[in-house]
Amino acid sequence: MPVSHANGTAIWQHRTTSRQWLGFAGWLGLVALFVYCWQVMNQGTIWAFVADAPRQAGDLLTRALPPRWSYLERLWLPLWDTINMATLGTLLGIVVAIPVAFLAARNTTPSTAFVRPMALLIIVASRSINSLIWALILVTILGPGLLAGILAIALRSIGFIGKLLYEAIEEIDETQVEAVRATGAGAVQVMDYGIVPQILPAFLGMSVFRWDINIRESTILGLVGAGGIGLQLQSSLNVLAWSQVSVIFALVLCTVVISEWVSAKVRHAII
Amino acid sequence: MSAAVSISGRQWKRPPLFIHSRFWRIAIYGGALAYLVLAIGTLDINWTRVAEGLERSGRVLSGFFQPDFTSRSRDIWQGLVESLTMTLTATVVGVLISIPIGIGAARNVAPPIVYYVCRSIIAVSRAFQEIVVAILFVAMFGFGPFAGFLTLAFATIGFLSKLLAEDIEDIDEAQAEAIRATGASWLQLLNYGIQPQVMPRLIGLSVYRLDINFRESAVIGIVGAGGIGATLNTAMSRYDYDTAGAILVVIIALVMIAEYASSHIRKWVQ
Repeated sequence: MPVSHANGTAIWQHRTTSRQWLGFAGWLGLVALFVYCWQVMNQGTIWAFVADAPRQAGDLLTRALPPRWSYLERLWLPLWDTINMATLGTLLGIVVAIPVAFLAARNTTPSTAFVRPMALLIIVASRSINSLIWALILVTILGPGLLAGILAIALRSIGFIGKLLYEAIEEIDETQVEAVRATGAGAVQVMDYGIVPQILPAFLGMSVFRWDINIRESTILGLVGAGGIGLQLQSSLNVLAWSQVSVIFALVLCTVVISEWVSAKVRHAII
Repeated sequence: MSAAVSISGRQWKRPPLFIHSRFWRIAIYGGALAYLVLAIGTLDINWTRVAEGLERSGRVLSGFFQPDFTSRSRDIWQGLVESLTMTLTATVVGVLISIPIGIGAARNVAPPIVYYVCRSIIAVSRAFQEIVVAILFVAMFGFGPFAGFLTLAFATIGFLSKLLAEDIEDIDEAQAEAIRATGASWLQLLNYGIQPQVMPRLIGLSVYRLDINFRESAVIGIVGAGGIGATLNTAMSRYDYDTAGAILVVIIALVMIAEYASSHIRKWVQ
């Protein structure tokens, strides 16, 4: 911490002068960038619509409330489909993610030169595309329906579980693997007795966590035609039936809260 | 090491990896199996449509593998600029709003009433996912990036305030105590006792949120909130798969750059 001397008294300063200027320039740059971006972004904004928003919101509320609860009975089947989509998608994602993770982990991959980069590429590509975009692509190929949704969820889950799992595999305690190997165990036995017991709790935790996220995401996949409750949401939105939309939102919220609770309980029990 | 090894007449059996009670193990596995059968049984997939689609998928996939950047480069560029500007402004505004809410939601610096108010703001913001919020904002503010900006800022508040509040609750109390002992006011306590401890992590989290917001900005366009997602949606509904492929390549490349940059910045700050 710099101390400057003026008239024989020491004055304490938080930062040196040059660092102060540097920090100041950094913040100024950020503000300038923000203003510039704001202007570019709002070139096409019609401010009359923005000013009108509170009235629109009030209008929306009066149309959405009270919710048309009788619509609920037509939502149970789509909800069941949604939950199935999330669960089966997660399972499919896990089945693919496990071998990918073992190929990507530095200590279990057969070759660091070729196989590992390939596995990492699969993980990155899967992670960088949102499941809604996966669904958009799959719906054009496979047609609207649950299959596109399941595959979209699975494709997105591969990257998530694959990444967390391969990091868990890289962090295992090598001495246990060494001990199993010293008994003369084969490669599969080393995996089964040396590696799997160490990563199993983490693996179950991340699978349940991903299932919870997938429940959330599967509720909206129907917006692009991939089945589930999102289809009902889309058709209600199209006819501006806001009293049905509010019922769907309420149901989605309940489902998400319950799945989050289940996931937290299960993870708590495992870890 | 086989499943059962005989050592002086006794059998060793590998204990189950989890769920030690035999009854619960059978019940849970049986229940899971029954659910799977039921779920797959009710799937109702239109296989003829899938077969038809697979025939055409060659055309779709060839579009994705031969991306066409040029013929609609203006649209792609515009969508990209919208996405990037939306991301930055939303993150800045979101962070600025999150800081007071995060401080208010930390049990060790805020009075109980403020704590509960801020925690409920966070809960509301986290309960709804971006797409649902975007639908509402598009209905209220009209189509375009302004609705997207509001959506991302709203989502940022829930994310950042929660993590900031937890961070403030986890600080080293001794430092705050030392500042308090000098007779510092509440603001001075925040500035000298807490801010230096949480600042590196706050910057790290903001950069991380910038990265997430860019990813989300590619999605919320599908419901009309502007950005590259809107361009992608238009390209798909025009059956213009070459352009859609180009947009996907752009999204993947930018997400990878953003993730790489954000993890480097976070390492450098901490």
